[in-house]
Amino acid sequence: MTSRGFSPTGIRFENIEKRYGGLAALRRVRFEIAPGECVALAGRNGSGKTTLLRIAAGLVRPSSGELTFPSATGAVPGAASHGAKTEAVRAKNSAGFVAHATMVYDELTAEENLLLFARLQGTHNAAERVNKLLYEVGLYDRRSSLVRTFSRGMRQRVAIARALLHEPSILLLDEPSTGLDPQGVGWLATTLRELRDTGCTILMSLHGESEISMLATRAIRLDAGLIVADTHSGAEVRSILTFADA
Amino acid sequence: MSLLSSTTVLLGKELRTEFRSRELLTTTVVFILMVIVLFSFTFDPTYSDSRRFGPGLLWLAFLFAASLMLQPCFLREQNNDTLSALRLSVSDPFAIFLAKLIANTLFLLFTEVLMLPVFAVLYNVPVLRVLGQLLLVFFLGSLGVSIAGTALSAISAQARMRELLLPLLLLPLLTPVLVSSTQVTIGLLDASPYVEWKGIGFLVAFDVVFLTLLWLLGEYLLEE
Repeated sequence: MTSRGFSPTGIRFENIEKRYGGLAALRRVRFEIAPGECVALAGRNGSGKTTLLRIAAGLVRPSSGELTFPSATGAVPGAASHGAKTEAVRAKNSAGFVAHATMVYDELTAEENLLLFARLQGTHNAAERVNKLLYEVGLYDRRSSLVRTFSRGMRQRVAIARALLHEPSILLLDEPSTGLDPQGVGWLATTLRELRDTGCTILMSLHGESEISMLATRAIRLDAGLIVADTHSGAEVRSILTFADA
Repeated sequence: MSLLSSTTVLLGKELRTEFRSRELLTTTVVFILMVIVLFSFTFDPTYSDSRRFGPGLLWLAFLFAASLMLQPCFLREQNNDTLSALRLSVSDPFAIFLAKLIANTLFLLFTEVLMLPVFAVLYNVPVLRVLGQLLLVFFLGSLGVSIAGTALSAISAQARMRELLLPLLLLPLLTPVLVSSTQVTIGLLDASPYVEWKGIGFLVAFDVVFLTLLWLLGEYLLEE
């Protein structure tokens, strides 16, 4: 998809806990994703997948625990608590995040949306990068249309393009195929495969088996904020994803 | 990206989305116009009544209109979770506040300048000779309203009963701004106009203190 000039980065969750009042959304979550790994998160609604992804993106502060981003060289730059500004900034700089909501403005065009975020992120040659991504997500011809006139699938394409603007070394995807038609899912699977193959670390929450889930080399199942399964075995990955909602 | 560059980019977004939807401007203009016209015809104020009560009425209308305008400020960032996208994209979250409060100040000022001739005609108050000083007090007052209002809008947007919470927090907090702005405006609209420097000083101090607080604490207001 792009020529990538980042250093592969992993994610390390050290006893992450998140409580909302008396409710524990995550309970002592502890695992590490190696640089370049593609991990699928599975689990029922409310199992903590979204919270975990938002913590990884630096949007939610964990109640306790530590989040670090080990690089491919093995060093752990700025091994501070997640609350520390260095780690939050590092997360923001290295991660691209696709949430359940589209995170784009309905009152702006697809091009204006992407240009806005590209400029805020300080993307080099923002206009060129935006046009390239619009072309890749298949919205170049509709670049001047307001996002509010788009279907859910088209909005999701803009959302994915927004997450890829700064060529992130980590991609965090919360049910990324939401609203996409079969062609869209195929395109996303191809894009993610290319990113994975160039060393991008991917953590995505999924429901059921799809073209996208086939990319996962590891699956983690959450239940009530706890990791109840974590496997690298191909057959078990499929099994976890297929029966995650059972 | 520097704070200034991020703020400029975000301010462009705020202005573009508002001038495309015209949601806030329409609401505030209609509200202020209704208050000014209604009171003018109901009380039929004399020349001296206008000078005594006009400024208070004008600022009360501005304040209530501002509370209407400030409500959607952060609320509409929640529709598509765009606030999260902004938080992920800016290096300094203060840029988000700065852009919003500058936009809110501009919208309020625009409305006030638009409504001033209507007020002058309906209440028979000459404003041209003190126009510069009036614009200064409009600016300082609107800035104070916007700074406090933008911060409280960020807080209330994440709360339950958010529609009630903002006016409940905002109106008591802005009472000193309302009093000072009204006093300065009364002085300016007097038969022998004078500048109430104490009021101007208070407005400047209010703006500086609340802007500093927002700069120091703004990041925490945006957290989930």
